[in-house]
Amino acid sequence: MRYMMLIHHDEAALAAAPQQQLWQDYAAFNEALTKANGESGIRLEPSSKATTVRMRMDNTEVLDGPHIDAKEQLAGYFFVDAETPEDAVAWAKRCPSSRYGSIEIRPVYIPPAGGWK
Amino acid sequence: MQYMLLIYGDEAKMNAATEVEDTGMSPDYHAFNQALIKAGAMRGGERLRPTSAATSVRVRDQKAVILDGPYADTQEQLGGYYLIEADDLDKALEWAKACPAAQFGTVEVRPIWPIRRQ
Amino acid sequence: MREADEARHAAERVARDSYGRLVAYLSARTRDLAGAEDALGEAFATALRIWPIEGVPQNPDAWLLTVARRRQTDQLRRRGTQRAGEPTLMLLADETAEGGDDGDIPDRRLGLMFACAHPAIERGLRAPLILQTLLGFNAIDIAAAFLIPPATMGQRLVRAKTRLRDAGIPFAIPPRAEMAERLEAVLDAVYAIYGKGWSEWEEDGKESMAGEAIWLGQLLARLLPDAPEALGLVALMGFAEARRPARRTADGAYVPLEAQDVALWNDSLIRQANDALRQANGVGLSGRYQLEAAIQSAHVHRRLTGNDTWPAITALYAHLVRLTGSPVAQLNHAAALAHTEGAEAALAAIAPLSDDRRMQSYQPYWATLGHLHAEAGHRAEAHEALTVAMGLATDPAVRAYLQQKRRALPAD
Repeated sequence: MRYMMLIHHDEAALAAAPQQQLWQDYAAFNEALTKANGESGIRLEPSSKATTVRMRMDNTEVLDGPHIDAKEQLAGYFFVDAETPEDAVAWAKRCPSSRYGSIEIRPVYIPPAGGWK
Repeated sequence: MQYMLLIYGDEAKMNAATEVEDTGMSPDYHAFNQALIKAGAMRGGERLRPTSAATSVRVRDQKAVILDGPYADTQEQLGGYYLIEADDLDKALEWAKACPAAQFGTVEVRPIWPIRRQ
Repeated sequence: MREADEARHAAERVARDSYGRLVAYLSARTRDLAGAEDALGEAFATALRIWPIEGVPQNPDAWLLTVARRRQTDQLRRRGTQRAGEPTLMLLADETAEGGDDGDIPDRRLGLMFACAHPAIERGLRAPLILQTLLGFNAIDIAAAFLIPPATMGQRLVRAKTRLRDAGIPFAIPPRAEMAERLEAVLDAVYAIYGKGWSEWEEDGKESMAGEAIWLGQLLARLLPDAPEALGLVALMGFAEARRPARRTADGAYVPLEAQDVALWNDSLIRQANDALRQANGVGLSGRYQLEAAIQSAHVHRRLTGNDTWPAITALYAHLVRLTGSPVAQLNHAAALAHTEGAEAALAAIAPLSDDRRMQSYQPYWATLGHLHAEAGHRAEAHEALTVAMGLATDPAVRAYLQQKRRALPAD
């Protein structure tokens, strides 16, 4: 099963973390992920740079900031192919961000035949 | 620049509304997908299974805490995303407006943080 | 107030000491674990209500058993009206006649353990099921140890118990022909519990998880005195436990076996482990746990005496590879080979594992590969493997150790 691992950070806690160690840990984590056929993902700019769009009855609202105002913000993601949910949890534990935020594990929807991509 | 379009919506409604064609997508999404591909803007995307299938993990003081469900309990839930290439925010917002999710949910546009790959 | 406290303490004492024995006895005939746990739970609740007034009975076990059995009878009658109730009621009468209220309660825990580790029960659930039924752990604590969301663990345990009952899995010691395989499943489950207490250092409650596993292993060895593998498991866990105090420095840094201060090892645990191993060897035939215990004994002997036991360790691992075919045994065999034939020979022995998908996310594989490449002077390969090992480590002390090792690699 393919899992999307959503990284939610407390942006302040992350900024306070020892940066050199953090990114060194991340480099090692990405290397391990690649070796295991995972897909190292994407880091997002901070939520302060987000813009939110919604349309209702032909009326378009464009707002500054993220859609959900929470202490921990979506900060990025990666993918793992795991045989069991426990394996996915093991990858979440290894991710350095699990020490500064939360990793949300979501199975990816695989369409019945072909289509999505 | 690369932007991520984060699709939020009431997943109960989203799941009920999906009419699956042979593409595995609703006609609206299929059209939006094709438009992104034709414009050379498509960099990736996934649809997620509902938050009832989510698990959240955090590690504090070396102790892992595992919880059922998504990280945050919200009225609208993250249901999927697109990764797109756009010249600037205005162009990215155009895509966001064209995304079917903007009609019934919310699309959040976030720039990607470029990482130097070794 | 003091009586209420005393009653509560008595109930708690009984819960700890006899929970598994009572559950095993109550479920032995009905195979209804959930029902047995419910009945026992109600009996404990009744005890907490009555004992403070009437005093703690002389034999609290027997008292609880009587009340629980009455509850169980009610359950069966209720269900009996829905199904053909005759056979169950007869079973129950049979059981009531056999077990006297004041006599010793027959120990049926072994049968319960074999049921929990039955091949029809999903492998990953066997250890959680044993923790719940024999030791009375709740789903939340089990979930925390096994890194599974609590609600999910609760559902899985309920499903497993339903399966035990509905599939008619026997709560009994298996026949001789099946014994070896079935016992291995029980021992694997107990060792999995020990692993939960070992891999994570100093997490709350985790050390007691290791203690529970050792207790279960000793129980098995006592109830099955003719099984060398049960003794082998007791010895294996004993050697590991004896070295626990030396695994970290005072400030939490990881210390590999070769660098451990043997003065910190627990002598009495080592003696007990050696005794258990000798006893196992006396009974006969070598299985996986007995072999692994012998390997640990050889490590301990080398570090205590300075004698080179690597040739023996290499031979024992080779035997283990033949016996189990396990890639982990192959990995350890290769690592031991480095001490007898050098790093290049070890790397050659490890090479076939590079195609094994299970190894790609197995931290010790990459750590071993990194050490061997470093020793053989392959700087780039060592750097890569140590980096992957760091990325797979969840223990910060291990990660720091690997990082230091990587930093110590000679410059190009």
